[in-house]
Amino acid sequence: MSAVAEQRAGVTLTGISKEFGDVTAVHPLDLTVPRGSFFALLGASGCGKTTTLRMIAGLEQPTTGTVRLGDDDVTALPPHRRKVNTVFQSYALFPHLDVHDNVAFGLRRRGIRSVAKDVRETLELVELGHLARRKPHQLSGGQQQRVALARAIVNRPEVLLLDEPLGALDLKLRRQMQLELKRIQTEVGLTFVHVTHDQEEAMTMADTIAVMNAGRVEQLGTPVDLYEDPASSFVANFLGQSNLIAAEIAGTAGADLLLSAAGDVKLALPAARCRARSTAVGTRVLAGMRPEKISLAHRDAAVDGAVPDGRNRIPGTVVDASFTGAATQYLVDSPVCPELSVFVQNVERDPRLVPGAQVVLHWNPAHTFGLDGEESLLAGTLEDAGTGEEAP
Amino acid sequence: MTALAAPPEATPEAPGPPPPRRRLTPYWLLLPAALWLLVFFAAPLVYQASTSVQSGSFEEGFEVTWRWANYTEALDTYAEHFARSFGYAAAATVLCLAIGYPLAYMIAFRAGRWRGVLLVLVIAPFFTSFLIRTLAWKTILSDNGPLVGALDTLHVLDVTATLGLTTDDRLLATPLAVVCGLTYNFLPFMILPLYTSLERVDPGLHEAAQDLYARPLTVFRRVTLPLSMPGVVAGTLLTFIPASGDYINAQLLGSPKEQMVGNAIQKQFLNVLDYPTAAAMSFLLMAAILIMVTVYIRRAGTEELV
Repeated sequence: MSAVAEQRAGVTLTGISKEFGDVTAVHPLDLTVPRGSFFALLGASGCGKTTTLRMIAGLEQPTTGTVRLGDDDVTALPPHRRKVNTVFQSYALFPHLDVHDNVAFGLRRRGIRSVAKDVRETLELVELGHLARRKPHQLSGGQQQRVALARAIVNRPEVLLLDEPLGALDLKLRRQMQLELKRIQTEVGLTFVHVTHDQEEAMTMADTIAVMNAGRVEQLGTPVDLYEDPASSFVANFLGQSNLIAAEIAGTAGADLLLSAAGDVKLALPAARCRARSTAVGTRVLAGMRPEKISLAHRDAAVDGAVPDGRNRIPGTVVDASFTGAATQYLVDSPVCPELSVFVQNVERDPRLVPGAQVVLHWNPAHTFGLDGEESLLAGTLEDAGTGEEAP
Repeated sequence: MTALAAPPEATPEAPGPPPPRRRLTPYWLLLPAALWLLVFFAAPLVYQASTSVQSGSFEEGFEVTWRWANYTEALDTYAEHFARSFGYAAAATVLCLAIGYPLAYMIAFRAGRWRGVLLVLVIAPFFTSFLIRTLAWKTILSDNGPLVGALDTLHVLDVTATLGLTTDDRLLATPLAVVCGLTYNFLPFMILPLYTSLERVDPGLHEAAQDLYARPLTVFRRVTLPLSMPGVVAGTLLTFIPASGDYINAQLLGSPKEQMVGNAIQKQFLNVLDYPTAAAMSFLLMAAILIMVTVYIRRAGTEELV
């Protein structure tokens, strides 16, 4: 992406909100989607992401705020006058029209006479050129999904909206379509706004992700930023897995904060990665680390000096080990947390690491992140009742 | 049914044809309906067919003489009745569609929780007999009733008289009255199939069409209307066919000048007692409707629709 393209906005939402009766689906939010980017709105069902998308499409009128496409304020325009197209979750293909006519629908409504060439090229792009005369009900789910995509991108909209477009596909097909969508986006260079509850899908495809929770944007950034440096416990738990430990600031050592947690555990945390309100001694923080960043050593090996100096260490007992092929996931009971999760690549498996084994967890302090201590440990996890379940 | 038609899930331990009893089950299930049709439809049809080519009189008895002239004579004598029947039925069908479509659309897409209530109201007239309802119309349209008075004051009757729909500042005993009666009586048969097909149209398709640059009227013309065509075809058939053969409305709301072919058949059967002519007319009516419906369905092309 060039520097010029980065400066131009594809979609700008300013103070946009939506209320349905007494329910606030979307709290006033500001969002800028750079032109030509693949932007994902990620969140559990009911977090307001689809409502936000529908307000961009014009299918929902915002309660407050404005929607701009490029430089034009389109807040008051009906859907048919916005240069925006949507790929619907249900695809919403016209059952009485064949594939060709479905794709040509938007072009014809704009008064374009010779649609054959555009339609053919777009169907080639989604690899459906040979099915142009089929009716939607004669196609498989994956093929219908491509028709829905072709029907939208043939219009070369300023912004393409994707509302959980892969939700109805099985896992294998979904992975394949993710790569395909990404390829098509690169090929046609449109701005894509993609709504999904699948964090892996968002991370695979998007340049920028906005994580939404309960009608608000929790954090916005690149997939790497969000994963490595989550701003809230919701993001930490919703994107991948995190181990969160309640701790207190006990002092500083150079650029690091020293934390103390239950059971006399001392941890180092880079001050730059701490999002607690202050760094004063006694401030409560949540210390977090990703399971794959942690190494596991048997206690006997740790005593023999297998753990280098300068690493954060926590003693514990292996409760569970599940072999997943490339890696093994261990659950470790420790004084600071009863279920610390650790992913270990199966390169040189230590046969002593079985349930019941005494171990030492250790990791590079630079991989620790600090969150505000008042946040819920469980936000964004399956145990979190408000956001855990997904729509069928 | 032979072994070839055996269900594919037949268990491997029983590779041969299923036991005779199971093979016959579908036919047993068909039996009641088949018997019913045989006794009350096929047999009377054959009987009528033979009657239609008989000659003789009620007093001396009829016998089959293959007198095909019954048909040509009936057609000659009652050509006007046939024309009126199809004309009135067509007018009533068009009116039913014009009234029924917006109503069905409203119930399907806009009624919300009132949907059930409105549907009950649509079929509520069926709780009263057809005859009683038509007699009620006689009162509504009567010469000294409020409707005639109001329309006369507003000079509407002058306009309809110019169009040949009414005569002598009356509503009763005019073509307009008969068409109104037919429209009223067959309206539910139009609304229900229309509603069923509209209700099946996914509102998501409306959104998709709007998203693809279709203004509201275009959404209707390009998406809703084509998808509701099965309902339009079913509704028009269910209205037109019975309306063509109807004689109650013409008898109660019309004068002899508005008689339809149903009235003529009834008269031949019950008053003149000329059974062969009556039977020939019935067959002519059936044949005409069959041809018209076939042409109509071909042209509407419903098999193209989902």
